[in-house]
Amino acid sequence: MTGLLNVNNLSVDFKTDSGKIKAIEDVSFQVKPGETVCIVGESGSGKSVTSLAIMRLLEFENGEISNGEILFKEEDLARKTQDEMSNIRGNDISIIFQEPMTALNPVFTIGRQLMEGIQHHQKVSKQDAEKKAKELLGLVGINDIEDRMYQYPHELSGGMRQRVMIAIALACDPKLLIADEPTTALDVTIESQILTLLNELKEKTNMSIILITHDMGVAAEIADKIVVMYAGKIVEQGSVYQLFDEPTHPYTKGLLKSIPQDKGPRLKRLYSIQGTIPSLTQLPKGCRFHPRCEFATEKCLQEEPPLLKANEREVACWNYEDVIKKEVKQT
Amino acid sequence: MLQFVIKRFGQSIVLILIVTIITFFLMNLAPGGPSSMMRLDATEEERQAIAEQLGLNDPVVVRYGNWLVNAFQGDLGLSLSSGEPVMDRIMERVPYTLQLAVWTILISVIVGIILGILSAKKRNKWQDHVINFGSVIGLSVPSFWLAIMFILLFSVQLGWLPSSGVGGASLMEQFTSSLMPVIILSTATLPTIVRFTRSSMLEVVSQNFIRTSRAKGLKERVVIYSHALRNALIPVISIIGVLIPRLLSGTVIVESVFGWPGIGRLIVEAAEGRDYNLVMGVTVIVTIVVIISNFIVDIIYSKVDPRVKNVG
Repeated sequence: MTGLLNVNNLSVDFKTDSGKIKAIEDVSFQVKPGETVCIVGESGSGKSVTSLAIMRLLEFENGEISNGEILFKEEDLARKTQDEMSNIRGNDISIIFQEPMTALNPVFTIGRQLMEGIQHHQKVSKQDAEKKAKELLGLVGINDIEDRMYQYPHELSGGMRQRVMIAIALACDPKLLIADEPTTALDVTIESQILTLLNELKEKTNMSIILITHDMGVAAEIADKIVVMYAGKIVEQGSVYQLFDEPTHPYTKGLLKSIPQDKGPRLKRLYSIQGTIPSLTQLPKGCRFHPRCEFATEKCLQEEPPLLKANEREVACWNYEDVIKKEVKQT
Repeated sequence: MLQFVIKRFGQSIVLILIVTIITFFLMNLAPGGPSSMMRLDATEEERQAIAEQLGLNDPVVVRYGNWLVNAFQGDLGLSLSSGEPVMDRIMERVPYTLQLAVWTILISVIVGIILGILSAKKRNKWQDHVINFGSVIGLSVPSFWLAIMFILLFSVQLGWLPSSGVGGASLMEQFTSSLMPVIILSTATLPTIVRFTRSSMLEVVSQNFIRTSRAKGLKERVVIYSHALRNALIPVISIIGVLIPRLLSGTVIVESVFGWPGIGRLIVEAAEGRDYNLVMGVTVIVTIVVIISNFIVDIIYSKVDPRVKNVG
């Protein structure tokens, strides 16, 4: 229990017209101080739900934590009231969302949106908040700071807006920064700039980062530890070296194979995992991944594999020994 | 800003021209003539003489042209029924209508926005249903009927409020006499504002930047009343521009029922008496009022939404 954040057996339900849907089930992972953890998975795997649950922003979107605990500095965030959470959000834990184009309020200036969090959490004068805001804009690499402070979001590009979002997230020196696909909506050159920026900021401040992404390439660049999610459950987690050197879950293996290689002639089609992620209302019996898995056996169709632990890594697969040995087939 | 004003001014001139043309020709299609010609004891010769004197025997196009030339010089002519200048007759009525209109707009906007927010916050709860039901009733019940029912209840049965007139000099009397007209006028405008605020609020609170403001740790109060409301008001402001003409046409009925000496009743009197000059005068003035109020609404709109450029 040495983590800054310990998520234990977290389950989240969403209320819909046709009853409750389990969005994530039994999710446990740990984030140590100064560590970068990447949560990887396809759309619909429950990555963003996990981040919203930690922030306790789920309640505003029809979700609820049905089980488990979220220990942050030994305190259970899952049991806190929204009022108590408002002192933690944006202060000790911050989040960057994936849609920089719509994540800022269109009718307020950049400066105001930046200063408002500082003034709320730190009870400083307007002048001090303004000074801090300008420092932050400098820190995230924005130029013409004096002008930017008085501009509105629509006057900034997507990359600039995401930098502003990062500045807002960093406003109160958080211990933990959650970045929910921060580069998905941006083009590739901006993407690498933002990732470099996050890495630099981490070195400077020693905060922990949870980076949510569907891109194994991004995870490789920045992660210390990787958590792979599939259909609302963790299927594998381990250090970035363990996972890249020796993936033990067929899904992880597939994800790694589908990273484009920049070496060699492009003779072969890029690998892709066949099929699509199942809908949460129609989960298959047994292992959730079995319909797409080439290692699937009779057992996988019947019984859901538990999360097996060894060498500080975890995997949920009945056949992980086979997976290590065999190469996945090219489709 | 200046460019915008000039452009708007140009558009307004065209608009006024079109409105006056339509009104002038429609009015002349109606049978009969000015009431001064309608006196029962007037002989045929007398009628001819009056018609000749008023220039009513000229073709319609010529008469419109004459009227237009004078109007452009600021001369709206004399009232055909009383002989006073049209401008004077209008100006003595304007304050009364303004009194009703300003109160109605104020109440509709303030109460409408408050009820709209409440309705959105309590979505699908009983408060929302009550407000929604009230809005539908307010919009669908004809105001002349409602006005008569109000008079029957509050003036005839209960005797709380005067049934007509503008009251005396005291503030209390002015309040009691304008209360019913203002409420009746509000039934046409307030529900619209409630519904716009509600739907706009519901749309805004589901947007990403609201999640951002919560992620910053802001209290729910700040999230709703500062971040959400400011955005939700943008479409509400534009609907106010649309409501002003509706309100002014509402005064025609309400002022007639309550014997309120405003512009609305004046135009009814003018139309009944075939007082061509007066009808045209009121039309022009009302059109100008609508244009100016829409202009003000647009200025406010551009101040509230920074994405709107080239205005203000």
